Amino acid sequence: MNQQPLPNSLRQGPDLRGRFGEFGGRYVAETLMPVIQEVEQAYNAARNDPAFLAEWRRLLKDYVGRPSPLWLCERLTEHCRAASGQPDKGAKIYFKREELNHTGAHKINAVLGQILLAKRMGKPRIIAETGAGQHGVATATACALFGLKCIVYMGATDVERQAPNVFRMKLLGAEVRPVTSGAGTLKDAMNDAMRDWVANVADTYYCIGTVAGPAPFPQMVRDFQCVIGEETREQILAAEGRLPDALVCAVGGGSSAMGLFHPFLDDEGVAIYGVEAAGRGMDTPEHAASLNRGRPGVLHGNRTYLLQNGDGQIQEAHSISAGLDYPGIGPEHSWLHEIGRVTYVGATDGEALDAFQLCSRLEGIIPALESAHGLAQVLKLAPTMDRDGIIILNLSGRGDKDIFTVAKHLGEQL
Amino acid sequence: MSPSDSGPPGSGRDCFDRRGRIAARFAQLKAEGRGALMPYLEAYDPDPATSMALLRGLPGAGADLIELGVPFSDPMADGPTIQLAAQRALKAGGSLAGALAMVRDFRRADDDTPVVLMGYLNPILSYGIDSFCTEAACSGVDGLIVVDLPPEEADELAIPAREQGLDLIRLVAPTTDEARLPKVLEGTSGFIYYVAIAGITGTRSATRDALAEAIPRLRRHTDLPIAIGFGVRSPQQAAEAAQVADGAVVASALIDTLAQSLDERGRARPETLRRVLDQVRGLADAVRGARVSA
Repeated sequence: MNQQPLPNSLRQGPDLRGRFGEFGGRYVAETLMPVIQEVEQAYNAARNDPAFLAEWRRLLKDYVGRPSPLWLCERLTEHCRAASGQPDKGAKIYFKREELNHTGAHKINAVLGQILLAKRMGKPRIIAETGAGQHGVATATACALFGLKCIVYMGATDVERQAPNVFRMKLLGAEVRPVTSGAGTLKDAMNDAMRDWVANVADTYYCIGTVAGPAPFPQMVRDFQCVIGEETREQILAAEGRLPDALVCAVGGGSSAMGLFHPFLDDEGVAIYGVEAAGRGMDTPEHAASLNRGRPGVLHGNRTYLLQNGDGQIQEAHSISAGLDYPGIGPEHSWLHEIGRVTYVGATDGEALDAFQLCSRLEGIIPALESAHGLAQVLKLAPTMDRDGIIILNLSGRGDKDIFTVAKHLGEQL
Repeated sequence: MSPSDSGPPGSGRDCFDRRGRIAARFAQLKAEGRGALMPYLEAYDPDPATSMALLRGLPGAGADLIELGVPFSDPMADGPTIQLAAQRALKAGGSLAGALAMVRDFRRADDDTPVVLMGYLNPILSYGIDSFCTEAACSGVDGLIVVDLPPEEADELAIPAREQGLDLIRLVAPTTDEARLPKVLEGTSGFIYYVAIAGITGTRSATRDALAEAIPRLRRHTDLPIAIGFGVRSPQQAAEAAQVADGAVVASALIDTLAQSLDERGRARPETLRRVLDQVRGLADAVRGARVSA
């Protein structure tokens, strides 16, 4: 999996307490502590077990279809060069095509690792939370493949706006439980998944979908997702003979971003951009920009940046993209933000919608709305970079699930 | 019972800081040969005035110690009853500061009944740990139960809490094994809160046999009083819990009664107060009737 990091590396986290700087940790009820420590021990054994890793790699290759291609976006590149208005500007744009994975997003990479771990731990019942439904579909898929019982918690609001993924999960044999507590979105789904786990610790594994939650989840999900960045590194070296100048990825919880960024953290020449959902605008109350507009706190088992009011009550996030609609972010991102290694910017609903359409027309790729937020940043950045620059976007998911949402915003009836 | 005027410098407020209310109460009950009834209510549920009246009425209805829930937007260890209580409380303006103000008001008339704040970490972090501990002690809070703060993460709160004389009460769960118990018990004070079921509040109840097995196991590791919570609903269950352990926490059953008494718009009715306090009386009678064989 990960290469051994160097002594002065930014890739050494977390520490023994599961912390990245001051972020991370393990803030859960006592009932869950023993099972979480059991997960940690099992994961530490598994990641050093060649047979476990070989089985995971086999699944990634033959079931998921990895490696995913690195695609040079010639028409988008031309578009940005024209937009720059200068002959020497407009970097080459590449997409890391995670949307071509089985189930249509990067989520399956970490799900397969975690399901293999659950099997190893002897847990026959799998629970998961999902926002857009991509992690739920990936988990339901892996559970079908391994014959495990699967229960997916999904906010009632998301059940409504992501109907196709709800049906997919049901076809795959999973039970989808709509969550009505709170605002009925990803945060509330995660609360209910935690509540389920507390009540069923003996036979249940909680397959967390992002690089958040109590340690070891942020590290474990990152480690599995690092396959994205490791492949990207090899592929860009093969294609261009050098590392890229910039990496871009949307961040909700931040698993696709950590997966791309982590293998490049020690490469000083690589600028890294995480793109938060700015919703209706970063300076309106309706966004999901935890790093840009939140402050540190504790939720869902970890210390990290959160959208919260002055009393420490967690606030609802807003984004056109259900997958980014989360008021927190993985703790390693909070740390990378504070030390300044990664620059976190925002893209609004409108910018994401524009990027979504442009990508469809220029590259013949309908991106997930999550990925469209990343693309919106690429469209801002590429025209300012030199013509011989290289910028890579993690195209983390495909947009089939989003066509109804987009149609609604464009005033189209399907 | 006049409050001292040794409040924090510049606060100009009454200070009810007094150490040892919890230990004194358990010692008194031990002498009486019975366990404690510990009702839990959510601060500001369903509104500040009703909530304050309930808090004031609890000792007279037979509460030996009081757990006051601090409303939080994401109560991950709680079932639907307390989730909804927290939502009502937040809608009514509830906060950690509001809960502290309630305790301060309560202390003007009652300097003996221990009050424990129970909730989640984030509102405390947001308030600021040091100023929270100072304010809590001065408001007359005796102990803290922070559900999502396991011993591994507890230092940042445990040290300032201890300095202020606040007991940090730890949760022990059925999943806490013998190897882990000493770590959980280390640094805990006041009493031990035994979570009777592996689950969330207001759902299942532990069997009598399960408790009869678990509590003696726990006693081998601690001399502190042990209270049982999660799934203690009826007077009989409360009596059994207070008998096998040293106290019974009743929460969701009381909050269910409160919720059922509200009108269709979620507002308190005239009978809300009486119905909840009557239920506390029934529980207290049962607990007091169940004497512990010395």
